Amino acid sequence: MNAATTDKPLLEIERLEVEFDTRRGVVRGLRGVDLVVGRGETLAIVGESGSGKSVTAQAVMGLIDVPGRISGGDIRWKGRSMVSRAGARMARDIRGKEIALVFQDPMTSLNPLITVGAQISEVLRRHLNMTRADADLRVLELLEAVGIPAPPRRARQYPHELSGGMRQRVMIAMAIACEPELLIADEPTTALDVTIQAQVLELLAGLQESLGLSVLLITHDLGVVAGLCSRVAVMYAGQIVETGPAEDVFGRPAHPYTQGLIRSTPRLDDRMERLVAIEGAPPNLLSPPGGCAFRERCPIADTVCEVQPKPAQVEARTDGTVACWHASANAWDMPVRAETGMLRAV
Amino acid sequence: MGRFILRRLGQGLLVVLGVSLVVFVAMRVFGDPAKVMLPLSATVEQRAEFEHLIGLDRPLPEQFVHFVKDLVTLDFGESLWQRRPAMEVVFERLPNTLMLIVSGLGFAILLALPLGAIAALRPGGIVDRVTVIGGLIGLSTPQFWLGLLLIMLFAVNLRILPTSGIGSWQHLVLPALTLALPSLARMTLLVRSQVIDELNQQYVKTARAKGMRFHTVLFGHALRNTLIPFITLAGWEVISALAGYTVVVESVFAWPGLGLTAIQAIQRNDLFLLQAIVFTVAIAIVLVNILLDIIYKFIDPRIKLA
Amino acid sequence: MAAIDPPATPIAAPRPHGRLRALFDELWKDKPGFIGFSIIVLIVLAAFFAPLIAPYDPATQSVVARLKPPVWAAKGSWEHLLGTDQLGRDILSRLIFGARTSLIVGFSVVALAGAFGVTIGLLAGFRGGRTDTILMRLVDIQVAFPGLLMILLIVAVIGPSLGTMVVVLALTNWMIYARVVRGIVLSVRQTPYVEAAEMIGCPQSRVIFRHILPNLMSPLLTLGILEFTNIVLAEAALSFLGLGVQPPATSWGLDVSTGKDYIFVAWWLVTFPGLCISITVLSINLFANWLRVTTDPQEREKRFARARAAVRRREERRAGIRREAA
Repeated sequence: MNAATTDKPLLEIERLEVEFDTRRGVVRGLRGVDLVVGRGETLAIVGESGSGKSVTAQAVMGLIDVPGRISGGDIRWKGRSMVSRAGARMARDIRGKEIALVFQDPMTSLNPLITVGAQISEVLRRHLNMTRADADLRVLELLEAVGIPAPPRRARQYPHELSGGMRQRVMIAMAIACEPELLIADEPTTALDVTIQAQVLELLAGLQESLGLSVLLITHDLGVVAGLCSRVAVMYAGQIVETGPAEDVFGRPAHPYTQGLIRSTPRLDDRMERLVAIEGAPPNLLSPPGGCAFRERCPIADTVCEVQPKPAQVEARTDGTVACWHASANAWDMPVRAETGMLRAV
Repeated sequence: MGRFILRRLGQGLLVVLGVSLVVFVAMRVFGDPAKVMLPLSATVEQRAEFEHLIGLDRPLPEQFVHFVKDLVTLDFGESLWQRRPAMEVVFERLPNTLMLIVSGLGFAILLALPLGAIAALRPGGIVDRVTVIGGLIGLSTPQFWLGLLLIMLFAVNLRILPTSGIGSWQHLVLPALTLALPSLARMTLLVRSQVIDELNQQYVKTARAKGMRFHTVLFGHALRNTLIPFITLAGWEVISALAGYTVVVESVFAWPGLGLTAIQAIQRNDLFLLQAIVFTVAIAIVLVNILLDIIYKFIDPRIKLA
Repeated sequence: MAAIDPPATPIAAPRPHGRLRALFDELWKDKPGFIGFSIIVLIVLAAFFAPLIAPYDPATQSVVARLKPPVWAAKGSWEHLLGTDQLGRDILSRLIFGARTSLIVGFSVVALAGAFGVTIGLLAGFRGGRTDTILMRLVDIQVAFPGLLMILLIVAVIGPSLGTMVVVLALTNWMIYARVVRGIVLSVRQTPYVEAAEMIGCPQSRVIFRHILPNLMSPLLTLGILEFTNIVLAEAALSFLGLGVQPPATSWGLDVSTGKDYIFVAWWLVTFPGLCISITVLSINLFANWLRVTTDPQEREKRFARARAAVRRREERRAGIRREAA
């Protein structure tokens, strides 16, 4: 599969299923997700709203609460399950320490009544058993590492006194405080201005290099992926439909959905008259359709897509998989640009 | 901070003025103080003399000015019933009411936090449903009836507590309990719903994602953020108690505080004493409100010292 | 806010007849809410049909039948199911007629205070600026008044009667309506679609009817119901203190008051009227609680989800026990 798999993978998600109880029925948010993150790897999960990307991150961090629950599958960290009874206890100890999560909205993700410095130091004292004095010093170091000027002053401020970009940096500081091995970033830039977005992504890239982190980036913005991640997983309707190196997935997308996404992405150097979209809408997860979830919108779907329970994960390339019976077929009939091998819209 | 207190005092003054206006209008315009305060056998001349004495024959605005002047000097005249300055009576009885409020509501406040928090840990579970139903029963029960029931149970049947009056700590138990229970119910339900909401907030998820231990999440985050609404309600309960509940409780237990005195004043048509009580309570409420605002400033960093 | 927001799913609109049925089913499932509702219906019916239901005239005295205990006690009889008071009046009849008093006072005060408060709130919310500041300052000042004490003073001075009590209670309880309405008006007016409507010249009356009022219905209903319970309790307290309903009229609070002198010998005089007050207020609260959750879609989902989670926990525990036993 992957040159790096000679190392044991850090995070393994196997056939993960998450369900939500609602008055109208059971919503199947994740329907068998398979994912692997190796040491030092940067993986992006892309997909539209409702595809299940955030739910995946929350499942890893143990944040699935009523009305949701993990109804099947496994999540393993360094080979040990986090979902079993015993595993759950272990998981509580490593969350924040070995795996850390950066949330999307820094305003609501910070306690408004506690100083930012205190919120960072509580992680240090919980996991590393630091004394208050030591932790305070380390907080200043961390604030500097994430690029916040005048750390001593800022540490004593409250979240509402900081700008959006700075709050997100504080979140990142909290996440890297114990030098985790995996950093999960759930839409870290969505709530920020475009200019700040670039800065935060740069920061993440820098930290990834200097700390040797693995990064799991969750986003719906394809542009964000390009700068930071080496591998990409595409998610649709609660399942992973394609994985592979970023250039490959974007340049030679194998799954019709991915192809559709790339096709709809407007390019600056293109003369397009109309924006192109994928017709239709994602399926109702209350009663997901049998067979491939994308078949109703797929131009090349046929009977095998409907009849077979789920398309198998086929090797689409040396380093990735795709869940499609017609992998690599040119679903939208787009011309291929010879030089770069990239499909482009007419 | 000083300017802030001054502003709140100014607002408080408006309140007291409002209260005095209402009282004045009620007494002089709608009521007939002379008729109420004089014995039935008074002759017309005696009435005229009385009215002149009180100043009831002056034009209304002048009366009001006099009225306000008296307020400022805390001169409420002489209590007809007790034959001494009204404020003297008030200051004598005030501590008893305060003792009742402090012990009763103190008990309620101390108990509401843990009860509400425990119920919130498992919303929809057995403990939670029992707490909610119990709370609803508690706040639906009229206090005067509750007091009488407690008397019937503990004093009449079990004979372990006195029925009424003041004296030992045993005399305090039932009145304080009666005052406490509905407030306890309201506060517990509030803590419960607040903690449930806080535990669902995004920043709690952050704390859990950071791997913080559950008791840290509960106490350091959820409960801490519940403090402000809780203090608001606790303050409101204290004010409500001052403003009225003590009247009911004291009269059931014959507890000699301001509330009972108010009833006695009414029964004896002692309007001067009644006025004195109303104003004292109004001022007390204003002070409690100011105290609350000061507490908020210290707890909530989002409020700027205006 | 739900811990995880379930992905959006399209919903088919149920038929109107089906919706009422579905609502009733949901009420039935929530036992406390259903019990509350049933009792409210019973009380309202009893109050309405009081002259037909009550075995006796509540004011009829009888020297012979004084202080008779309820039917299940030693000297009780079927003639007076719940006993008689010190004047020989039948307790049960007094209770039934007392329901009338509580309900009438409750509705009158809520209607009066509500009408006044809603008007003030609408004025403040719409006019804004100085009108708003002045009106809300008035509200703040009156909220800080020592409520019950002032009522006592006023009623004492003017003279107690049913009418006085209703007016005074309304005058001291209108503020909450004003605050709530003003808050809703302000927030609705700030939504983009209302701002747009006002900008294109939509007349204010239309804005009120099409946009503001629908948003007011539900909160005002809940508020009105809760205030109703406060008024019932307040009326009881005032009548207990002798400053509310006056004899020969009947009121639960009044009955408790006359009964308190006999707690050593006739426990039923105090117990039953007070029980009526408690049960009435409790039932309304139970029903209002159910209503509040049911009319808020988010809360409704939460209630459902929690019930499910609780059932699942119970099953797991049972399965766990069985596994250990096996």
